[in-house]
Parts: sequence; C-alpha cells; structure tokens
Amino acid sequence: MTNRKKFIVSHAPFWHDGSQISARSYHMMIAALPAVLFGLIQYGVPALAVLAFSVATAMLWELVMNYLMKRPVSIGDGNAALIGLLLGMMVPATTPWWAILMGTFVAILLGKHVYGGIGGNPFNPVLIALAVLMLSWADLFDFAEAYRNYEFDFAMVYPIAMLKYYGVSAISSFDTGALMMGKQIGGIGATFGLGLIIGGIYLIIRGIIRWEIAISFLVGVFVTALLFNMADSAKYAGPMFHLFAGYTLIGAFFLATEDSSSPVNFIPMLIYGAGAGIMTVLIRNIGVFVDGVVFAILLMNLVSPLLDKIRPKAIGKVA
Amino acid sequence: MIKRTFIGLAKPRLEYDVIDETLPAPVKVPKSKKVTLLSYGPWDPNCVVNVKNGDKVKTGQKIALNTGNDVVSPVTGTVSSVSEFTDGKGQKRAAVSIDVADVEEIDENFASFTKGQDFNQVKLYLAYAPGKPEFSIFSDADKPIKTVVICGADSDLMLVTRQYVLKSGIEDIKQGIKMLKKITGVQNVIMAVPQHLSQTAASTGAQVKVIDAQYPAANPFMICKDILGQVVPAGKSCEDIGVHMMSAEAVASIGKAFSLGKVPSEKIVTVIRKDETKALVSVTIGTPVKDVLKAVNVIANEGDRIVFGGPFTGTAAYSEDQPIEADADALIVQDSDDIPLVSDYPCINCGECVRACPVNIPVNMLVRLLENAMYEEAQNQYDLDSCIECGLCSYVCVARMPIFQYIRLAKHELARMNTVEATND
Ligand code: SF4
Ligand code: SF4
Repeated sequence: MTNRKKFIVSHAPFWHDGSQISARSYHMMIAALPAVLFGLIQYGVPALAVLAFSVATAMLWELVMNYLMKRPVSIGDGNAALIGLLLGMMVPATTPWWAILMGTFVAILLGKHVYGGIGGNPFNPVLIALAVLMLSWADLFDFAEAYRNYEFDFAMVYPIAMLKYYGVSAISSFDTGALMMGKQIGGIGATFGLGLIIGGIYLIIRGIIRWEIAISFLVGVFVTALLFNMADSAKYAGPMFHLFAGYTLIGAFFLATEDSSSPVNFIPMLIYGAGAGIMTVLIRNIGVFVDGVVFAILLMNLVSPLLDKIRPKAIGKVA
Repeated sequence: MIKRTFIGLAKPRLEYDVIDETLPAPVKVPKSKKVTLLSYGPWDPNCVVNVKNGDKVKTGQKIALNTGNDVVSPVTGTVSSVSEFTDGKGQKRAAVSIDVADVEEIDENFASFTKGQDFNQVKLYLAYAPGKPEFSIFSDADKPIKTVVICGADSDLMLVTRQYVLKSGIEDIKQGIKMLKKITGVQNVIMAVPQHLSQTAASTGAQVKVIDAQYPAANPFMICKDILGQVVPAGKSCEDIGVHMMSAEAVASIGKAFSLGKVPSEKIVTVIRKDETKALVSVTIGTPVKDVLKAVNVIANEGDRIVFGGPFTGTAAYSEDQPIEADADALIVQDSDDIPLVSDYPCINCGECVRACPVNIPVNMLVRLLENAMYEEAQNQYDLDSCIECGLCSYVCVARMPIFQYIRLAKHELARMNTVEATND
C-alpha cells in the first residue's frame, strides 16, 4: 500500500441536514423583525438606540466571557445577539444605557455563562435579566412614566398596569383590534401583536420553535383568563385582553420556547406551556406584579427538567 | 445530500432510492493485478496459514488462516503477503494479498462438496461469497433461528444493490432459498422487499412482506418490529429472538454456488459519485477501491471522503487501496467541499434528535452523559441499548454533535468493560 492520498476519515452519518445554531438564531431575529420595525416606527431613534446598544453589549459580554473562560469565540452563533435583541424588545424605548448594560451583563453572565454557555442554562437568560431589572429598578418598567414625552392617538397608559390598579373599567378604551395593531404602549418590540403572531407562525412553520409550547401557553392564558372573567367580569379582564396586552405574545413565541430551558417531549411541552400561561394570568390577576409573563416562565423553567421525565418508553425497553 | 426542507415541522422524510425500471447493466470492473482479502475474524500473528508467500492459489480455493477465519480466493494467482490490517472500525484483521495470474484455474473442492451434499464444508466456502451469507449463526444452540428474512430492500439511502440483485437474479434467489432451507433446516423464509419489487419477489414462492419506503424501515430491528411484529428487546440482537437477516445478494450467491458448482466472486456495488449520480458495478471481491473508481471515471482527491456503505451507516475508508469486501454494497465518494463537519458545541436542547429517533430515545439527555463518558448511567437511565444505530440523530443535530459516534463508542466501551469483568470473575 504505497499510494498515500489523505482522505477524510470520519464517522457515520456522512450527511447532515444542514441545520445550524447560527441559522436558528438568525431566523428568530428575522421573525422578530415585524414587531421590532413597528417599535422603531412608533418610538423612533431612542428605540433604535436601545435595541442597538442591547444587541451590541450582549455580544460584547459574550466576547468578554469567551475570553475570560478561555473558550472559542462564540458570537458567531447569533445567540448573544438574539438575547440582546429580545431584551431590548422588552424594555421601554427610554431605558437608560446603564440599565441595558446591566441587563445584558446579567443575561450573558448569570443567565448563560455561569452554566457553561449555550445549551447549559436552566433559565431563559433574557428573563433572568428582566427579573433582576424589574426587582432592582421597578421604576424602569413604569411604561406610562417612561413615555411621558411621547404623544400618540391612543391612551398613554400601560394597559395591564391600568387593569391591575383601576380594574376592568379603566381598560375599556382598548379593544382587541387596537391592541393587536400595537395601539398601546409597552416594550419596544412587545406591543405589536400581529407582528409577533406573524413571526411566531414563521418560526413554527420552520420548526425553529416548538408549536406545542407556544400554543399551549396561549391556551393556558386564554382559558385561565376566561375562567376569572366568568367568575367576576367587573374585576377581571376578558381573555382577549390578556392575550394581546403586556408580554403575552412575545412570551409565547420568543421566550417560553427558548431551547435550553424548555422541555422537548410532547406532553411535557404541553404542561410546560399551559403551566406558564396559567401562572401568567394568576400573577396578573391576584399576584403583586403587573405582568406575570416573566416570572411565570421562569417558574416553569425551574420544573422543566422534571417535566421532561415524562417521556415515551423507548421501543424495546424491558420493564 | 438531502437538506432540511423549508417547512421544518415534519420529521425528515428520507426515502430509499428505487432502482430504475430499465435495469442498467452494471459496469464490469476489469480484473485487478492484485486483490486483497480481509479475514472476518481478528488478526492472530500465529495464525495457521496453509499457504505461504509465493504459493499458487486457484479461484475458489479456501485459504485457511485459523479456525473460522478462512478466506476464499476469488482469483487465481500467487500469494504475495499475509499481514495485519486495521479496518475502518479499528479492528485488526488478517489481509491476504494475491497477485492475479492471467489464466484462471478453478479449484474443484467446492464442487465436490456440493455434489456430495457436505453442507458443513459448503458453509465455510460460502461465507466469502458476495453478500456474505452467514451460517455460523444457525449452529448456535442457545439461539435457535426460526425465521430467515431475505432483505431485498437496501440497507441505506441511495443504494440499489440489493434491488438490482433481486430483479436480475430471481432464479438464483429461488434456488438459493431452496438450498438455504436444506442447509439450515429453517423452513420459515420471508422475503422483505420494497413495494415495487413485491411482484418479482412473489415469483420465488416465498412469503413476501413489503418494507416501507422511508428510512430506516429496512433496518433489521425495524423489520423485526414492523414486519414480523416482534420487538427486539433492548441490548439484544435479531438472532436472540430467532430471526436472521440475509441480503438478497447473499441468497442469490447461495443459489448460484449450487447451480454453477463454484463460489461466486463477482459482487454488485452501487458507486455514488461526487455529484450523487450512481453507477452499478460488478466487481471481483478483493479489488482495491481505486480500480473500481477508475472503472466509473471517479477521481478521489486528497481531502475527499470515501465511504463503504451508505450515507447513514457506512464506514469511511482511509486508503484507495482498501479492498471491496463481500458485504460492501456501496462506495460513496464525497468531495471535500461537501463534507459536513462536526462541531464541538454542546447540546442546545432543541429536541430535533428526540423527534427524529425512531425508537423514542431521549437523545438530548443521552448525549449529555455520553459526552462525559458516563456510559453505564446512559445505559441505565437513557436507553442507550435501545438504539438501532440509524444515525438520524446526528443527521439532524443542530449543534452538529457527533452523537452517533458517541453512541457507538459507548456501546463499544460497555462491551469491553463486560469482557474485562467476565475475565476477572
Ligand atoms: S442512532 Fe440516534 S436516532 Fe437512531 S436509534 Fe440511535 S439514538 Fe435513535
Ligand atoms: S439535535 Fe443536537 S442540539 Fe438538538 S437536542 Fe439533540 S443533541 Fe441537542
């Protein structure tokens, strides 16, 4: 055996379907575009500044962590950029720079890298960051205050805050259609319901998020809100309001579906999604926080590994 | 290479290739100057060889290496070396090289055994025939074989070898089935074939079952489950439940051997070129890969990949000098630009593998343990033993982890640990 051309010797399978992590991240960002663009049009340059700064700092922290942990540079996979984008979409357009810097730091460090980086995080990094910001500087999320210098043709109040403090009568000016078309204030990329739904459907069709989680989350919200509403319609808003107000849609399509922190088996996904949906409305209706999405999903993140123990028996397995 | 479709909701639909109606005649690969025969059993430096360098061997002559480790020469020529050879799976085997002579002479021993119905001898010779008919399994008293399944569907995507043999050699198969029943005493012979070949298969008189067109339906474990309705318990083989699989080519070889009175030595191989066009070739067992490629005008360059077998289950070759073996149904040449590389990313828990796995293994969890060499935990908690080695999990993995490689390594390590324990007892 003399002739020695060197061939690649590797292990089967010799094909790959072409999917990759970076493509997943970028498709998530593409899916977020309608909602993001709407936010940019609505809130203008400050919104652009917030989003750009959020994405940039998230990537910067990722790079710093790669360096500190002596790991290969991983900003190319788009995950950090996606975390930055989603965080930016959840906060008001007037958020100060230091809060964003802090948020992305917490997301990348405490949300992701302390657990060993991508795939290791038990919680959604974006939500960890939001939770820290909400608990530390609750004023930042007083949207009505944040947008006091803006003037729009709809009520300049944060719908679910109004609901919380003034009851159903206070939100009568928000009909479903208006909410869906983004005629409400809120996070930069969290108010345009139609855009989020379009993005979500895109992600579901592409198989990038698991529809089971998104849909069961929405069903959970709907059914729980409906039950409350039926029990006391003067005190509790109807299900359509809960679906289109606050963080519900971005939570359903972009946050609850985060890969690492959610289950992968069918029944666990349904329980997980529905659980988060139910908790959301419970927190909104009887909890202390204005919006329940952040804590509801974090709570379900916690039980996700347990839920995933419910799985089909492997074929051939004895006993 | 089949890529993920735009709509990613559905499981990947990977269908086996169907051979053309027109049945192209295989390209005949010219006889090489030198063939190399690899033993099935492990290399033994002290193996008893009944030939020495420079000895003449005839076509069909058995070269005894040591018990159960013989090879049968497919050519007439002179033995030039018997040496150690490490195959693509890292196993050390014996390699017998023969310089091929111009004039062919046939060894008559086999013919006399077939005439004398000395089946014990016949079996030893046939083990080296195309398709690798295995008989040793039938003599294991602990695992009585009750059913033989003749597989006329190809074992992997892109291949058409078995389909071709079935279509073109139905008379041989008919004869093969008859002799198979006689030699083994097993009467329950089932032909498992793709839909379009069920008519053809039925003409053998054997019972015919149709295999689904979607990968991995032709995997032996899937055949047991879907066609025979018998699930192979985790960690067991088909033989453990009394089923033995034989390829259509193996059975055709048996038939041919009896009707011609010699061990067949020409093997059908599907060659898949870099542009994924196919060519069927007929090649003498032991022929080096480079001669096969030359016959179909394929040039393999440095950095390309050559694979014995199909895209999901094959083994990569490291040299063009490696020979075609009796069970090599396909030869794939992949251009260096088309080779998908694995990455060192961890699992991101996307769940694609879990959805792709045909036997419901929680691959996302399994791979976490395998990465950390926690093989026993993987076996106990996450169903490592249920894996039927289809490779789909690696194919769809978004993080491009070498999952399938981890799985095979884990099984190998566990088997090794078991042997060590057994010897220590
Ligand atoms: S190779 Fe992967 S997909 Fe196939 S059976 Fe094994 S674990 Fe499942
Ligand atoms: S496909 Fe790969 S990344 Fe996705 S869950 Fe399976 S092992 Fe993890």
